[in-house]
Amino acid sequence: MSARDSYYGRPILKQPTWTWEIPFYFFFGGMAGASATFATVAELAGEDDLARRAWAVALGGMAVGPPLLISDLGRPARFLNMLRVFKPTSPMSVGSWILNGAGATITLGVARTWFGRIPRLGRASHAAGFAGPALATYTAVLVADTAIPVWHDARLELPFVFASGSAMSAGSAIALAGGGAPARRLALAGAVGELASTAIMEHRLGPLIGEPYREGRAGKFAKLSKGLTAAGAVTMAAARGERRASAAGAALMLGGALATRWSVFHAGRQGAADPKYVVEPQRARRAARA
Amino acid sequence: MSATIPRKGFFTDTSVCIGCKACEVACKQWNDVPEDGLDFLAMSYDNTGQLDANTWRHVAFIEQDDGGDMRWLMSSDVCKHCTSAACLEVCPTGALFRTEFGTVVVQPDVCNGCGYCVPACPYGVIDRRKEDGRAWKCTLCYDRLKDDMTPACAQACPTQSIQFGDVDELAVVADARVAELQAAGMVKAQLYGKPADTPGVGGQGSLFLLLDEPEVYGLPPDPVTSTRNLRSMWGAAAGAGAVLVAGSLASIFAGRRR
Repeated sequence: MSARDSYYGRPILKQPTWTWEIPFYFFFGGMAGASATFATVAELAGEDDLARRAWAVALGGMAVGPPLLISDLGRPARFLNMLRVFKPTSPMSVGSWILNGAGATITLGVARTWFGRIPRLGRASHAAGFAGPALATYTAVLVADTAIPVWHDARLELPFVFASGSAMSAGSAIALAGGGAPARRLALAGAVGELASTAIMEHRLGPLIGEPYREGRAGKFAKLSKGLTAAGAVTMAAARGERRASAAGAALMLGGALATRWSVFHAGRQGAADPKYVVEPQRARRAARA
Repeated sequence: MSATIPRKGFFTDTSVCIGCKACEVACKQWNDVPEDGLDFLAMSYDNTGQLDANTWRHVAFIEQDDGGDMRWLMSSDVCKHCTSAACLEVCPTGALFRTEFGTVVVQPDVCNGCGYCVPACPYGVIDRRKEDGRAWKCTLCYDRLKDDMTPACAQACPTQSIQFGDVDELAVVADARVAELQAAGMVKAQLYGKPADTPGVGGQGSLFLLLDEPEVYGLPPDPVTSTRNLRSMWGAAAGAGAVLVAGSLASIFAGRRR
């Protein structure tokens, strides 16, 4: 980059102010969303024991998510301002309502399947068939709807990365909670999906815009994520249901799903820090228009 | 009533900027913007650095050496008050709103510091103030406009490099000035901010006459409001969500066939 390419090499975009809470929220929120989806499907399929375990995992993720989000706010005491409006142009506003809906359905699902309370109203928990997938994927829309090229240009792939990572973490956690073969299959399908969708994302971003995924912290987490995911999936598949090896595979895959979120998080920071990611493609567009 | 107020904005003619930074000072004073570091940045006469939560006007200094012929560019940057403003669109609380003057303003009593506007702005203008947690940026002196006054920066500018007025009228003035400079041999003189120059944001409320390409001044050459692609993003999310449901179904029923 020469002096003609930027203002003293300074960034054009601002880096997100979001801190460590956000990648953890992506992980726990995604796990809760995919678990609630799985619980609903299991319930409708008549697998009541499996559904109970999946609802419990969903509740676990749900208990951790909102406090992380509130803690990241610049003014945590004003978190209720998120519900002041419903704003379709803001994925964070839509997401706040999704989070509320998912929280309500998961609570109902747990109340009914674990405690047998409110059986009739509890059927409303089946709305988790919509709220769950929404919770698992809206965070991808949220980061994609920014000016940062490494996020925005991956807008079609990120929801699949997040959905498959959520399936992997939900399947792993439900397997650890005694979910058996169906949970293990969900985890393995998620692992394959995540490896494939991140590979497609990085390929389609191209050498310049996708560079953060090969460098710095984002690159390290991307590598770690692929390693943990592949190792976990192979371990779990090879275990053929053997308890301890399956648990080891599940733990590795949980780590893989978490590492992916950290890699996406850091890619956004790195993608905003260097002006070349903004200048080079935009200059070409501007020249083409002139 | 609001429909009768024409959209207000700035035209910053960088060709007459003398780099006095009166705009920076006037803005800080009028808007009570906190001090944000007294650093020497070794970037010509620029020790401010960038627009952020505590800097709403920033004068850039660029030293260019064209084969021994020294050229010194100065330009006072400011929030663009976009026609299609990403910060406003992604704000989940409604703290960011469009005023009756067509400008984009944060309401400090509503903002909860979620930070979404920060990476959404394609110009890197708005930022969160560390010490109070909320997002801040140029208000185009909303309080002064309500009293029919000129924004502090434009009022303080001694060379009329910063002009305030109706955006429509400013665009006419700006076009004429670009033509004048080009006729005088400044071939790189260009306008930045009309809808034709910045279609990705639908045009800016702050227009700039630049003497070089936008990126030289630290401006994005072709900014885009990311929410324009929101439909495709939610479409992809719906597809991914459907795959998640299908994956759950398959995981549960795959075992039953045996």
